[in-house]
This record gives sequence, C-alpha cells and structure tokens, in this order.
Amino acid sequence: MREVAVVGIGHTAFGNLSQYDLVDVMGYSAMDAVDDAGIGDHRRLIEQVFVANMGGGILNHQTAIASSLVSRLGIEPAMAETVENGPASGASAVKTAWMAIASGMVEVAMVTGGELMRSVTGWEATDFVATLLHPEVEYPYGLTLPGFGGMFTRMYMERYGLTERELAMVAVKDHQNGMKNPFAHVKVECSLDALSHDSESEAANPYMATPLRLYGMCPVSDGAASLILCATDSPAMKYFQKSEPVRISGIGSATDTHCVHNRKDPLHLKAVELSAQRAYAMADITAKDISFAELHDAFVILEIAISEEVGFFERGTARKAIAAGDTTISGKIPINSSGGLKSKGHPVGATGVSQIHELVKQIRGKAEKGRQVKNPKHGLAVNFGGFGNNVVSTVCSKM
Amino acid sequence: MVAMELEKELRAPQLQMTPYPPKSIILATGETLVVRQARKEEAAILLETVYPLIGVARDYYDIVAARMYSELLGWVRDRTASEFVLVGAIDGVIGGIVTSRMMTEKIGISLHTITIKRGLRIGAQLFAAKMEHHIEYLRQDEVYIVAESPIGFRRWMIEYGLKDLSGEYPAIQHELGGIPTYSLTRDLYFSVKPEKVFGTRPVDPSVLATADILIAPDEYPQIPGFRRNES
Repeated sequence: MREVAVVGIGHTAFGNLSQYDLVDVMGYSAMDAVDDAGIGDHRRLIEQVFVANMGGGILNHQTAIASSLVSRLGIEPAMAETVENGPASGASAVKTAWMAIASGMVEVAMVTGGELMRSVTGWEATDFVATLLHPEVEYPYGLTLPGFGGMFTRMYMERYGLTERELAMVAVKDHQNGMKNPFAHVKVECSLDALSHDSESEAANPYMATPLRLYGMCPVSDGAASLILCATDSPAMKYFQKSEPVRISGIGSATDTHCVHNRKDPLHLKAVELSAQRAYAMADITAKDISFAELHDAFVILEIAISEEVGFFERGTARKAIAAGDTTISGKIPINSSGGLKSKGHPVGATGVSQIHELVKQIRGKAEKGRQVKNPKHGLAVNFGGFGNNVVSTVCSKM
Repeated sequence: MVAMELEKELRAPQLQMTPYPPKSIILATGETLVVRQARKEEAAILLETVYPLIGVARDYYDIVAARMYSELLGWVRDRTASEFVLVGAIDGVIGGIVTSRMMTEKIGISLHTITIKRGLRIGAQLFAAKMEHHIEYLRQDEVYIVAESPIGFRRWMIEYGLKDLSGEYPAIQHELGGIPTYSLTRDLYFSVKPEKVFGTRPVDPSVLATADILIAPDEYPQIPGFRRNES
C-alpha cells in the first residue's frame, strides 16, 4: 500500500455557530486546509471529498452534504461521499480517505468533518446522540450517553478507587490546555478546589449523571475541521510545499457489542484496545513510542479509561499518573493538548478530524505557546464511537 | 413646587418590598460571585455596564440590553412600580444583572437577565436568585416569565419546566409585549430549588466588602477588542 500524508489542515472555532449554514462552516475549514496546503490555485487536485457528519439530516434537515460541499468549493467533478459512524465519523472518514489513497484509487483527497448541534436544545442534542444506542433494549428505556458515562464512572470508581477530585483533575488539565487553543469552545480556567469541594461545588459544577458533574462532560458544540491527504510518492506532492507534511503511519478500527450489557466486563473497552493495537502494528511502534495523544474525553472518565486501554498505563493506575502530572503538556505522555472534547468541544462529526488536525499541528511544532509538546515524533488519536462499540485509532508520525 | 407636584404624579406606586439578603457563590474558576441587591445610587455604573451591549446582535444581547437599560432608568427614576435589581459581582466587577418587579402582592414579573462574563453559569445563578427573591423573600405565589432569546427559553422555560400560560392569552400576558407567557409557581420553585438555587449566607464581611463598590467590566467577551474609554 502507498504511504499517505496529511498535507493541509483547516479548522473553525468550536462553539456556537448556529447563525451559519452547515456547509458554510464546513467550507470555511476546507478553505483553511486548502490555504494551509498552499493549493489555492490548484484545488482541483482534490479528486475525492469525504465528509464526516452524524446529524445533518436530523438536526439541520440537510442530507447529501458531501456533494453540497464540493459545489460550495467549486471543485466539481470531484467524487464525494458522506461517512457516518456516530461520534467516530471523523476518524472513519479519515480512514476511508486513507484507504482510497493507499489503494491507488486517488492521489489527493480531502476530509471535512462538521456538525451544527447548537440549533437545538441541549436535551434535544442529547436525544439525537442517543439515537446511536440500541433501539430496542437501550434507547427506549431512557438511556443516554451521559447516562452511560455516569454508570461507567461509578463502576470504575468502585473497582479502582478513583475519586471525584481525580476526575476533576482531568477537567482542570484539559481546560488549561483549551485556554491556549484558539479553536476551543469552553475557555474557563478551572479551579480544582471549586470543582471538587462537595459543599461548594454544587453551584459551579452540579451533578449531571451522578457521579459525573457538569465539568466532567464535554459541551455541545458546532464546528468543522478539514484535512487534505496525498500519497507520499505522488507527483502531486510537488504542489504541497507550503506546510510540513505529516505521515498517517497507522490507522485501525474495531467494534464491540452494540449493547453494553452484553460485554463480559463493561469496563474493558475492547474496541479501543484492539483499534490501538492495529494502528500501532501498522506504524510498527508500541504504546511506549507515542509522544502525545488526543483521546476522546466526551466524559472525563473516558480519558482515563482510554489511556489505559491504549497501553499508556496499567488498568486502574491512570489516576496516579494524572495526580503526578504525567498527562500535562510537560508530563511523560501529554494527553489532550488541544483541550480535548472537554474544553475544545465536541461537534460530533468534526471531532475525529479535529483530533488528527491537532496531531499534525503538534508534530509540525506549530501549536500555540504553552501547549506545544516537546519534540513529538508519534501522536495517537482515539475517536470513540457509540459507547465504545466502534472505535478508530490513528497514529501520525513525523516524516 | 409645581414641578415637584408633577413629579409626584409621574412616579409609580411602590409596594413594600423585603430586601434581598446577599449571598456568595463559588464559581468554576474558584472566584467568588457576590449576589446582592443593587442600590439606586449605583444606577450609573449599571447603565454604563449594560450600554455597550445594546449594539450586540448576537445571542439577542441587543434587545435584552436595550430593554434592561430602560428598566434601570425606570427603576432609578421611579417610573416602574415595585422594581428590584440584583447584581452579581466578582471582586466588585459586574458579571451580570437581573431586573424584576412585583405586579401585585402575589404576582411577580420577571424582566431581564443579562450575563456579561459568560461560561460560568452566572446568568443561571442570577436568574435563580431573582426567583428566590420573588418566592422566598417577597413571598409571592408566582412569577410571570417570558424569553426573548433562545438561550433564555432553554434556560428558563425548559430547564425549570415552567407552566405554559400562553393558552390564557390575552387575559394573561406578560408586559414585555405579550409574547408567550410562562409561570414559575411557588410549588414549582421549591421542586427545582435543590438543583437551581445556590449560595452561602451570611456572606463573610470581607467577601461582601469586595462587592461594596461596583466596577464596570473592562472586557466583554461579546465585544472583542472592547476598551472602556473607547465606548
């Protein structure tokens, strides 16, 4: 298979963009990527566009978004498809683009992930995301993703002794990083004491899905992110001289049971573990070689659990690493330098693309002051679909 | 003398109103928000705070700020009956303001809530404080509420599960133009109070002193690049 590199990246601010049209938002990040790639005059090099989107049909009453984006960019007759894999749509679209190039079908492809979720109430957005649950044995009983997050957190706390204060440490660290990210949705420099003092934290940090509090959950966000991918041996590479290319050295995905209750141990996120192993194997590295990671912290517990499944820490020990500062920007394995879903935000279709955008930015050494990881070589992104039933892991490496 | 007599005619009647006792709330940043009743001599600083937002169309700040500006004038000039103003301050800097009034002894009229410092639930805390004042200190039976922005509708109508009175239009209509009117009843208030109404009383005197002199904010997240002396 051919090697594939990211040659252009684009991103909108994450937050409330509900005054804009979905395809306009995607178009903005796409043009940002075109500009980063330096192909403003050659954007017809893009032969294929993959759009990652989960809720256009439900939330925005808009379908066939990929062809709409192609027209908005004026790059017809480029091929266009939309990829939907729940909250992992973004990384799935990147994987699909990677396959298209690696197979030799196309030389250059664009991936744009985007979502507008703020045009509905928070409750409606939560209900929309819950449509990924099992339609007969989960959703009809009122289960939601925050509900699963709360139950998972409770189970993890009981088994490993995780405390609310340790959970809050993850949020505080992510917000410290998000404060320095111009794209981040929630820029609040949190106080650990304010988030974790039981008697005082009710006002600022109320329970949402016990034991998860408000600051244990990502916000509902709008936004888009784009990548331009090219085969490293392609003659088209000569056009991508403006920005440093970064190789997608490994990409893998895996599934687990749709019904969470069918898992022997619900705390074991098998699809995360397996997808990471597949990505490492393709990149010919191990977890020890990873310099930093973007992990899908829709709930802060997921940052902890995923960091263990991908091999950074033994099960039940990530809490100690967090308390020791190992996951901060200057720590042994910085996690969520972007602020993560927690602070940067989670426009579901955009998230997986945004995570890889962050890997590329870090590997290029172009992250903002105060959140640049030192000399990163390999970065890992884990995009978590469903409640762990369809996960995509991606390794990006310096060329 | 004639002018004074005329002024007396122009003034709105005022019901007896129990003062709102101040409280403090710890925010996610670790900062302390002091929520207290505003004094009429502070009207100038409140008006100065609200004024720049009249030009901000995003999130309907313009209509809310313009109406609050007039409500503050109505309050300080005694043109509005039985109005009260609560302010939330962090180290004296105004983070949000709410306006409201008593229509009768038993029915309150919620006017507006404006948040200057966003992302810290200051608006939610101030709205809850306003309802606390109506129900617990002014001992009213219900409060009529309308929303003029989607944010307000989500925060109040949906999250509080307010009683929809729009079916009783036009017999019942909020004075802010008769848009669909909702009500927070006494029973509803106490059912949501544990999740919505927070704060510590009495406020430590040293903390309360930080909010004694109100300061207009130097920065507005709604107005990038804002400078007070350029407004």
